[in-house]
Amino acid sequence: MAVVFDRTQGLAEKQFHYCPGCTHGIIHRLVGEVLEELGVLGDAIGVAPVGCSVLAYDYFNCDMHEAAHGRAPAVATGIKRVLPEGVVFTYQGDGDLASIGTAEIIHAAHRGEKITTIFVNNAIYGMTGGQMAPTTLIGQKATTAPYGRDAVDTGMPLRMSEMLATIDGAVFVERTTVHNVAGIRKTKKAIKKAFEVQLAGLGFGIVEILSTCPTNWGITPVESLKWLEENMIPYYPLGNFRTPEEGK
Amino acid sequence: MDKVLMKGNEAIGAAAIKAGCKHFFGYPITPQNELPEFMSRELPKIDGVFVQAESEVAAINMIYGAAGTGARVMTSSSSPGIALKQEGISYLAGAELPCVIVNISRGGPGLGGIQPSQADYYQSTRGGGNGDYRHLVYAPATLQEAVDLTIEAFDIADYYRNPVIVLGDGMIGQMMEPVEFKEPKKRDLPDKDWTTTGTKRNRKPNIINSLALDPAELEKHNIKLDKKYKTIEEKEVRHEMYKMDNAEVVLVAYGTTSRIVKNAIDALEEEGISVGLIRPITLWPFPYKAFAEIPNTCKALLSVEMSMGQMIDDVKIANEGKLPVHFYGRSGGMIPTPEAIMEKVKEIWGGAK
Ligand SMILES: Cc1ncc(C[n+]2csc(CCOP(=O)(O)OP(=O)(O)O)c2C)c(N)n1
Ligand code: SF4
Repeated sequence: MAVVFDRTQGLAEKQFHYCPGCTHGIIHRLVGEVLEELGVLGDAIGVAPVGCSVLAYDYFNCDMHEAAHGRAPAVATGIKRVLPEGVVFTYQGDGDLASIGTAEIIHAAHRGEKITTIFVNNAIYGMTGGQMAPTTLIGQKATTAPYGRDAVDTGMPLRMSEMLATIDGAVFVERTTVHNVAGIRKTKKAIKKAFEVQLAGLGFGIVEILSTCPTNWGITPVESLKWLEENMIPYYPLGNFRTPEEGK
Repeated sequence: MDKVLMKGNEAIGAAAIKAGCKHFFGYPITPQNELPEFMSRELPKIDGVFVQAESEVAAINMIYGAAGTGARVMTSSSSPGIALKQEGISYLAGAELPCVIVNISRGGPGLGGIQPSQADYYQSTRGGGNGDYRHLVYAPATLQEAVDLTIEAFDIADYYRNPVIVLGDGMIGQMMEPVEFKEPKKRDLPDKDWTTTGTKRNRKPNIINSLALDPAELEKHNIKLDKKYKTIEEKEVRHEMYKMDNAEVVLVAYGTTSRIVKNAIDALEEEGISVGLIRPITLWPFPYKAFAEIPNTCKALLSVEMSMGQMIDDVKIANEGKLPVHFYGRSGGMIPTPEAIMEKVKEIWGGAK
């Protein structure tokens, strides 16, 4: 029988631990496919975060380094500076990247580190059980925002892509979603582009991917996809914020 | 080889390069600035890399990444900066990565001051990072020793797959002395088959990690680490004994303080008072066994430190309650004078009779 769909070489033969309906798994698959299609699996070194994707080091079929919470871009900097020919990426959640690791991500971008960041924004702290993230929406309930996030006390949700796009060294910045097929296709394209920017030595690239967390949002997987579309996309507009000139 | 006159911070940088370190990640802080400045000047000349990180937290995490590739890497800082590096040091120890960390220490707590201090003894030997981990701490007393120990630190780090700290007080960083860069004696180092350099698709992926969610697995890892630490305690402990024969009081001091103590001991000798010195060269492992060689003539111990008394804890552990243990220290960047040390010794000696 002809094989019409197979496991990508980019992923190891391990079963994901993610909750049913969590889109972390889709994003893993897209990153794995891109690494395989670009033929860079043998040169890739991934940096896993602290968050639900902490075990990403077991899932990607390439050398992996597990970082401290938020420090992945600094770890990736260390790796890339020793191995300029390596293909170095970080995979980070929104607590990891937009809260405890803001200094590291901004300065990796600021130095124009030739690395690729996959930024999974699910508007919540998944792993620790649903606490408020800097990206939690106004009115959204979290275990540390039981009455819903309030802008007066906690500020407005942080738009990382818009912020990073103001930095010269961040040459590729795009926000995508994986809540529907069109979004998944665009996300893969963006991930590929971000790696190509690294391969061309142009600078720092990041893809912010809107993702679901049915478990901590307290709704079903299907409702989660809808919630993402109706609540996250209006506040976190999809699209490209920066592309290197020649690639436009 | 000829001797060259160098400032301590630069000599340590040159020693690192001599040891094959081509990658340095740091953040400015007095009194160690000449070290990253030296590296930023010298590393590009040998195709190396200097990165000024956005913080000490970032610098140590860059070290964590770079060490994972198997490269010889170094970072340096001073006390408050080392405090920030503790997170990374714990990860480096947990994931068993080699690297060299230099602390040119200054007075604390908090922002403290910028003058020499030894108030980071606890920080260096007990660590501020989480978990059951240990790392070697070298405490050079001269620039020559700083150079020799820095070169050796890279081999030791590689041999044990563990971070190593070179702890110099501000004086070690700032003073100038003639130094010689000798060829280090060759150690048989294990192959680095654990590095993350890309699989080239001809081996299984390597994973650098300090996470073990299964408690049984984590305990196994801790037992393995502990075994390594016990070997280091046994094989790598170092100290110097000075004028211990017939000593009536034995002083314990490390780093530049030990040089002042030696002056005091020589002057006391001329006055007919026999005093000896135990100088730990490694602070961890601490030379506990050296205390067994203290002669019967000894009536008391005196720990002399540029702190309010930190190493004295180890002196008491080593002493096992046998002799009275006294303390003399200056802190905040104040340096003990030989005269004050002599006076303290006489006070003890008079009382000990
Ligand atoms: C220094 C430190 N602080 C806090 C934690 C606890 N912690 C683990 S994961 C996490 C939040 C992760 O959330 P996010 O990055 O949004 O990823 P997600 O789990 O949602 O994928 C926190 C706070 C930690 N491991 N280390
Ligand atoms: S807690 Fe949320 S983010 Fe984490 S695996 Fe479950 S659904 Fe995904």
